[in-house]
Amino acid sequence: MKRVSILNRKNALTLFLVIVMYAVIQGLIVTDILPPLYTSTLIQVCVYVILAASLNLINGITGQFSIGHAGFMAIGAYLAGIVSVKFHGPLFLSLLVGGIVAAVAGFIVGLPTLRLRGDYLAIATLGLGQIVMIIFQNIDYFGGAAGMQVGRHINWSWAFWVTIISLVVIHNFVNSTHGRACISVRENEIAAEAMGVNTTKYKVLAFTLGAFFAGVAGGIYSNYMYFIQPTTFNFLTSFNILVMVVLGGLGSMTGSILGALIMTVLNVALSGIPSLRMVITALLLIIMMLFRPSGLMGTKEFNLNFLEKKGERNVA
Amino acid sequence: MLKIGNLSKSFGGLKAVSNLNIDIKDGELIGLIGPNGAGKTTVFNLITGVYEPTEGEILFRERKIDGLKPYQVTHRGIARTFQNIRLFADLNVIDNVKIAYHQHAKYSSLGAILRLPSYFKGEAEMEKKALELLKVFRLEGKAREVAKNLPYGEQRRLEIARALAAEPKLLLLDEPAAGMNPQETHELMELIRWIRDTFKLTILLIEHDMSLVMGVCERIYVLDYGTIIAQGGPDEIKSNPKVIEAYLGEEAI
Repeated sequence: MKRVSILNRKNALTLFLVIVMYAVIQGLIVTDILPPLYTSTLIQVCVYVILAASLNLINGITGQFSIGHAGFMAIGAYLAGIVSVKFHGPLFLSLLVGGIVAAVAGFIVGLPTLRLRGDYLAIATLGLGQIVMIIFQNIDYFGGAAGMQVGRHINWSWAFWVTIISLVVIHNFVNSTHGRACISVRENEIAAEAMGVNTTKYKVLAFTLGAFFAGVAGGIYSNYMYFIQPTTFNFLTSFNILVMVVLGGLGSMTGSILGALIMTVLNVALSGIPSLRMVITALLLIIMMLFRPSGLMGTKEFNLNFLEKKGERNVA
Repeated sequence: MLKIGNLSKSFGGLKAVSNLNIDIKDGELIGLIGPNGAGKTTVFNLITGVYEPTEGEILFRERKIDGLKPYQVTHRGIARTFQNIRLFADLNVIDNVKIAYHQHAKYSSLGAILRLPSYFKGEAEMEKKALELLKVFRLEGKAREVAKNLPYGEQRRLEIARALAAEPKLLLLDEPAAGMNPQETHELMELIRWIRDTFKLTILLIEHDMSLVMGVCERIYVLDYGTIIAQGGPDEIKSNPKVIEAYLGEEAI
């Protein structure tokens, strides 16, 4: 039988590359070589990588078209902010609470709305995003429309490792029988059900897990940004995350990471010319749809399999 | 094994199935035939929980299964194939089979996320079982190919393999020979018999290819306009005037 273990060459190499990436950037930050703007961009990249990867779990892997992801991000951002500011809780707890409350919201919303298909689900989740925004706008405890002062409680190291952990969790979930169950829902719901997959359960599970990580990403965001306000989490933010996922390729985890990276860097790079920014982004999307309609990666993943010996398949 | 009593299903004013009675014993190989639109697939959809019956009941191994969701029916031990192939077209062959094994998976989501030993054990076991099953259907060489790229006959075989992966007691085959040439149909006939004996299954199949139905089924139910008009062994059915009428029309006087 094939050797199946967590300690294979591919995993060791991936870990090595991740540590090198972290060490290089951390080194640049500590020695003040990297300007603060770059650090801030890097943390935004982390936030959007988590958001895109978690939306990909819902839209790409499970095939449920949700466009209200900023709503879960908002829940996470506000709740994490509350823990940090009002209760002076540790950062870990702040992120965890943000994620859990977002997950609970995802579960409650997911149960009824995931009965809807296609366009109807999209409209329902769009509405959800708006409702969340309006709720935060009208509750004084959360600062109302003026927003909430949070302060800065997170640094690059935290943001980076939380992102890595999130990605590992999502990757491990997707590459298991439970992930395959989600994929079967996307591929053919009737056949999935006939093969014994409880489709409702897996739709809700993917939605809840996606909402959890959107909440965690929101937590990183609010703990870094000093200040959050409801309009930050409007439809455009949801749309932005969706664009990242589609750009990278629906169903591809590495595609989502790539999409988040490109879009975030592009947004920051073009922030000097706001009028052209939207035009360039839109053009990019049109070109994309013309030449690679399934996204940069399609449903494929970038991996290090080519480094393995022939015949050795990696599962972990 | 399966006992269908006074089953009816109406879609609005249309009675697709009315007062249907079917009784299948352990290990039998039963055919369900009838002209187009007779309601054969509706019967399958009623058994597997896709539709809820308007009247009547379905007992499977002495337990009521009508009203259950399709996946619950599958968990009870009934698996099916589809008339119009419904594979997970963009997934590879082995993943198609593994998804049907999902209900027997021995590790939880948490085990998968934390990559606990149960995950590696469970995955290895699934891989092994799936490959064994593919071997039976001579598809093991194509395990990593995308399902939609298989030739038609192999897609049909893969659908049966996938249904077997759910480890059913009763297998429902909806036109397994559709689109197959005579040679393939003949092989399929052998295969169906072999599956029944090897996996100790009961099989109910819908088919239009009479050579297959007459060659392989021990008992046949004939359905027309939603009711059973005849039942019995292949020879009885062949000579039954009602059946001939349903298929060929009444003799002109």
